[in-house]
Amino acid sequence: MNDMSQVLKTESESISAAVPAEPAPLRFDAPPSTSLWAHARHIVAENPVTGLAFGLFALILLAAVLGPSLVPYDPLASNTSSALQGPSAAHWFGTDQLGRDIFSRVIVATRLDFAIAVFSVALVFAMGGLAGVMAGFYGGWVDKVVGRIADTIMAFPLFVLAMGIVAALGNSVTNIVIATAIINFPLYARVARAEANVRRDAGFVQAARLSGNSDWRLLLTQIVPNIMPIMAVQMSLTMGYAILNAAGLSFIGLGVRPPTPEWGIMVAEGASFIVSGEWWIAFFPGLALMTAVFCFNLLGDGVRDLVDPQRRN
Amino acid sequence: MTAPPLLDIKNLTVEFATRRGAVQAVKSIDVSVAKGETVAIVGESGSGKSVTSYAVVRILDRAGRVAEGSISFSGMDLVTATERQMRDLRGREISMIFQNPRAALNPIRKVGKQIEDVLLEHVQATRATAREKAIEALTKVKIARPEERYDAYPFELSGGMCQRVVIALALACQPQLLIADEPTTGLDVTTQKAVMDLIVELTRERGMSTILITHDLGLAAAYCDKVVVMEKGKVVETASAADIFRNPQHPYTRKLMQATPRIGMSLADLLPDAPKGPPAQAAAPRPAPSPDAEPLMRVENLVKEYPRPETGAFFAKLMGKAEEPKSAFRAVDSISFTVAKGETLGLVGESGCGKSTTSMMITRLIDPSGGKIIFDGTDIGAIPAKQFAASAHRRRIQMVFQDPTDSLNPRFTAERAIADPIMRMGTISGRDALRARCEELARLVGLPVELIDRFPHQLSGGQKARVGIARAIALDPDLVILDEPTAALDVSVQAVVLNLLEELKGRLGMSYLFVSHDLNVVRLLCDRVIVMKTGAIVEQGTAEQVLGNPQAEYTKELLTAIPHPPL
Repeated sequence: MNDMSQVLKTESESISAAVPAEPAPLRFDAPPSTSLWAHARHIVAENPVTGLAFGLFALILLAAVLGPSLVPYDPLASNTSSALQGPSAAHWFGTDQLGRDIFSRVIVATRLDFAIAVFSVALVFAMGGLAGVMAGFYGGWVDKVVGRIADTIMAFPLFVLAMGIVAALGNSVTNIVIATAIINFPLYARVARAEANVRRDAGFVQAARLSGNSDWRLLLTQIVPNIMPIMAVQMSLTMGYAILNAAGLSFIGLGVRPPTPEWGIMVAEGASFIVSGEWWIAFFPGLALMTAVFCFNLLGDGVRDLVDPQRRN
Repeated sequence: MTAPPLLDIKNLTVEFATRRGAVQAVKSIDVSVAKGETVAIVGESGSGKSVTSYAVVRILDRAGRVAEGSISFSGMDLVTATERQMRDLRGREISMIFQNPRAALNPIRKVGKQIEDVLLEHVQATRATAREKAIEALTKVKIARPEERYDAYPFELSGGMCQRVVIALALACQPQLLIADEPTTGLDVTTQKAVMDLIVELTRERGMSTILITHDLGLAAAYCDKVVVMEKGKVVETASAADIFRNPQHPYTRKLMQATPRIGMSLADLLPDAPKGPPAQAAAPRPAPSPDAEPLMRVENLVKEYPRPETGAFFAKLMGKAEEPKSAFRAVDSISFTVAKGETLGLVGESGCGKSTTSMMITRLIDPSGGKIIFDGTDIGAIPAKQFAASAHRRRIQMVFQDPTDSLNPRFTAERAIADPIMRMGTISGRDALRARCEELARLVGLPVELIDRFPHQLSGGQKARVGIARAIALDPDLVILDEPTAALDVSVQAVVLNLLEELKGRLGMSYLFVSHDLNVVRLLCDRVIVMKTGAIVEQGTAEQVLGNPQAEYTKELLTAIPHPPL
């Protein structure tokens, strides 16, 4: 984790230092640089969909952080007298079979789903990223071992594998995080491997070798910072998939257990009511799920535009 | 001239829409190309020479547009022509050759088929005659055994061969105008000669017009009738090739010519403000290294072998039980030489001759397969490359890389890049002392101190080269390997960097191993020269001996291949 903070520090340093202290004199024909904020504004102006994605992301973040203190009802409080009511001014998304307010439950569930996604992505980034970078940098047997592990994981239908892992390890949120991380491992390992591999013999890595850097230091100061942008894009894309996967596991009864508000369980509970006409019970959590996945996928494009140095000038 | 020119560019302005508003890449230029004429457009990077040609064939990217002016091609206005008309014109009437021949060919299609595609697209052949015509086209560009080469894939051909195929593609439909955009950059000097001779010959034969876009004034003058010099989007001079060398009018042309290394000039002559006549400090003879003194480095029978890939042993390899390969490929075949203290040794040869492998072994980035590298009394070849980073000799052997952009970490500032070797191996500690040393080094290499907080993408090519040099000399090394340090730079920047290197060597008492394919530059910088071919040394001696009176056949061939401008 110390390595990671170093990487992130380099990132933020590069971003803040990219702002020239003063306008460049003309005789130095260096391309003028843009601040991150100005750059972000440009990206959004160029592609409004990216703006929408960032907006949705802000909403999700807000709901995840402040959700429980914002909602009008206790998400767990059942009130059988007002069960199965359609959307109304009092209950925006209606109520479920136990009379719980669906709007409150959908909002409160954001924190859990978001947390599962964030932690599983962080875990797979650390595991898959490190394994992939080492495989690409060292080659040889490290590469073979990492490659075969990735192949083995890819050989299973990924959702079935996740089911198996949760079933074997035990039904808990932690194990959902672990299962989601494991099924995404090949994706991260392969991207990191390919990126590290092309940079292994780059001029600046050779130069760093001549400067007396050890292999380990080369990896952390030369290679990892340079593959961070592509990994950031990968992480954003995986977030949506991780949410979907967590909800999917809950939907089939693994992982999060009722009555905890969680989008997958809520859809599962509401599914049986769709035939009898109470569509809102499954619809609104499903909509939230869809919006979140949609948002993270679009965000991936935006993040790519934001971190691609070629788009900076 | 009575006949109207084939291509007439009048008052052309090309604009690119950028985030900071429109930028004019080409500013109201006039260029005309008569039928059968060969015209060179010469300029340094960013002069707008390529953009001009892209405007002619209308392949500017989305952000670019012709803002003003007209381009007429045998009476037809190309600016207002429809895309359909242009498509018909491209390839049939106007063809283009690009810089990297390998990138211009489809890697998974046989070269013969690719020529057929063009012929069929422009209805120059039917399915029945296509093969025959494609082979004929290959024969025209002097590809030996064209029937066999028809079935070759681009990766099976050398760079020069690929460029011939590209030329065959371009000429397959007998165009009236050929645009060659740096057709020989990246090719060896002997290949360059062969390709250029071919282009000129085919142009004459067919009465075709050619536009040659190049940064090399010597090449332009040697092969073209007319030279157009461009600077920052403007045409500064148009004259016949002979006139432009004998009597250049514009100061920029003069500057460009002066910066181009030629026989019989000194390093200082390359700079624009060099005094006329023999300059005092350049005339001073270099202190000849005394022959009795122990050389700084002695290389003895150095060998590097690479195993040949085993094709049938896939499963054996998978199990980690690959057999010992029967015959290995010798990239470097038992070479021996010495580098004296304070000497510049030139290592010359074409691509694949083993000069880069040699320099990698000397810098101890790769391990030799055999032989000794005795550096100041120690056989450093015996220390494995993996452990050399921790060796006391590491800081004494440094390197300046070929591509200044590639050799700088995009996420390190110039200061961080220069400080890297000091932080790992230096004696200076403390943020302020380190900063002071970096500023000192920046001043030493002529990099403005206020620029050392910038990132590589905020620096120009010349500035990046200076950062690379500052990093290499940061620990006062004894031997610096210069791996084509100016190959990626414009000639005027090259002139400055070469002078800087020479000055630093004198001031810091280093030895240089200068790896290059450019004999004109080697002549200027080196005391002694080694010529390598296919892993072995074919000739070595002092620079005057080897380049003035070459003995080996191969050295002679290299020397004659350098384009000689008509003087």
